[in-house]
Amino acid sequence: MEAIKTTELTKYYGKARGIIGLNLCVEEGECFGFIGPNGAGKSTTIRTLLGLISPSSGTASVLGKDIVAEKTAILKETGYLPSEAVFYAGMKVKDILKLSADLRGMDCSREADILCQRLQLDTSRKVDELSFGNRKKVAIVCALQSKPSLLILDEPTGGLDPLMQREFFEIIRERNSRGATVFLSSHILTEVQHNCCRAAVIREGRIIACDSVDALGNSNAKRISVTGQVDLGGLEGIRDLKEGSTTSFLFSGDMNLLLNKLAQGNVSDLSVSEPDLEEIFLHYYGKGGDES
Amino acid sequence: MTIARHELRLGRKSFLIWLCSLSLLLGICIFLFPEMKKEMDTISEMFSSMGAFTAAFGMDKLNFGTLVGYYAIECGNVLGLGGAFFASLCAVSILSKEEKERTAEFLLTHPVGRFRIITEKILAVLIQVILMNAAVFLVSIGSMAAIGESIPWKEMILLHLAYLLMQIELAGICFGVSAFIRRSSLGIGLGIAILMYFLNIMANITDSVSFLKYITPFGYCDSSAVVSDLSLDAVKICIGMAIGLVGVCAAYIEYGRKDIH
Repeated sequence: MEAIKTTELTKYYGKARGIIGLNLCVEEGECFGFIGPNGAGKSTTIRTLLGLISPSSGTASVLGKDIVAEKTAILKETGYLPSEAVFYAGMKVKDILKLSADLRGMDCSREADILCQRLQLDTSRKVDELSFGNRKKVAIVCALQSKPSLLILDEPTGGLDPLMQREFFEIIRERNSRGATVFLSSHILTEVQHNCCRAAVIREGRIIACDSVDALGNSNAKRISVTGQVDLGGLEGIRDLKEGSTTSFLFSGDMNLLLNKLAQGNVSDLSVSEPDLEEIFLHYYGKGGDES
Repeated sequence: MTIARHELRLGRKSFLIWLCSLSLLLGICIFLFPEMKKEMDTISEMFSSMGAFTAAFGMDKLNFGTLVGYYAIECGNVLGLGGAFFASLCAVSILSKEEKERTAEFLLTHPVGRFRIITEKILAVLIQVILMNAAVFLVSIGSMAAIGESIPWKEMILLHLAYLLMQIELAGICFGVSAFIRRSSLGIGLGIAILMYFLNIMANITDSVSFLKYITPFGYCDSSAVVSDLSLDAVKICIGMAIGLVGVCAAYIEYGRKDIH
């Protein structure tokens, strides 16, 4: 069964574009990455799936349930980690965690204790006194303490230090290995590359690529680094050009034309490598030119 | 009842401040009565000869020299306006604050339907309004007993019941407004309460706009009319409760379908 399935899902805010004709399929039990820059439609997609906003057209189901008709049933099995965690002022962390558990009608105190210990979260402090990172930890515990079968994580590591990021992804991997589906929305591509099997790239409200992370990395684009004298003028398909003693660029054009250019030059060293996801991301966003 | 309990806890401080203020004002007024009673002849004459001002506050129908007449006028101002402000402020922010303070995402991504959220939130408003009125009623009764006056039970119960109903109606209207707004709503709440209060004063001053008494909830809790008639106007109350109900229904419809930002 698909954990998330959207069919031509569209959301407009008045005349402003949110997402357009989104077709997405996330299998149960997989860790799925959702990549896109700010304003691409990632949060709109998540907010639509969670029932915070209604779709303008199209359909979607989460865990086999319709997002409009069965909102509450979906939320019962879903843990959501927002990009910016905001809580009720004046409340202590332990009260927020208890409120979250009570709203789910569950006693999650045991799991909450374990998570707080792993994330080094002091539950006796008031949420207003917490740093951005610590508020994020509260949100993580709220999202995970009920052991949901679907985790929707929106920019999950913002504010967390590297050690906490490592611990967080360790927890996520454990949950995933126990069968939870993870939907990880991020613009930090290494997060997706290291933790997800498949990913979709969203740009200006539309999915422009959806494949395994490996396949996305195996796009036609290659990272070329040349040391020496080469005239690359007139060559199409060059992006992210960095010139210096070594010229480095992302190349998605005709390889024969590139080899001809290199042969005409005076090359002392050459390397051709697979670009990492970060570079692929730039490659996708470069199409159309305005966001590279 | 998690959400209602949570709301009551969030509103605890504000509730206590309002309760102390209203109780203190009413208590002081009542404790001033024995002193006022001595000079009542002069005061009553003065209050009954201020023309439109006298009519506006119902002082033409009440004897300021009796405890019940004195209390009805003081109650009209303190509990009428103060209670109206409390109920309006309480209701007008209860839905909108979630978006304004950006906690809506937290609340609405838990498995609680919007219908349940609205129901528990209006319940929290009603509990606070009823508790406030019950406490203020007890303070007034206690203060009257403390100054050694006999308690005019029927008048007191009718007056306080009328004020409770007025606050419930205002809360219903403001609750409906709360579902439509996303930003600061306190000004709107105060505005609605003041508007309704002045509509009643206008209706008291001139007969040509007496129909306004059917629109404003202050119309059926005009303390001078309640004390002199020893009854409440059922028609005005039914209209008022219907208006309040429309507000609550509007909240269910709007909040049930709106996009939460």
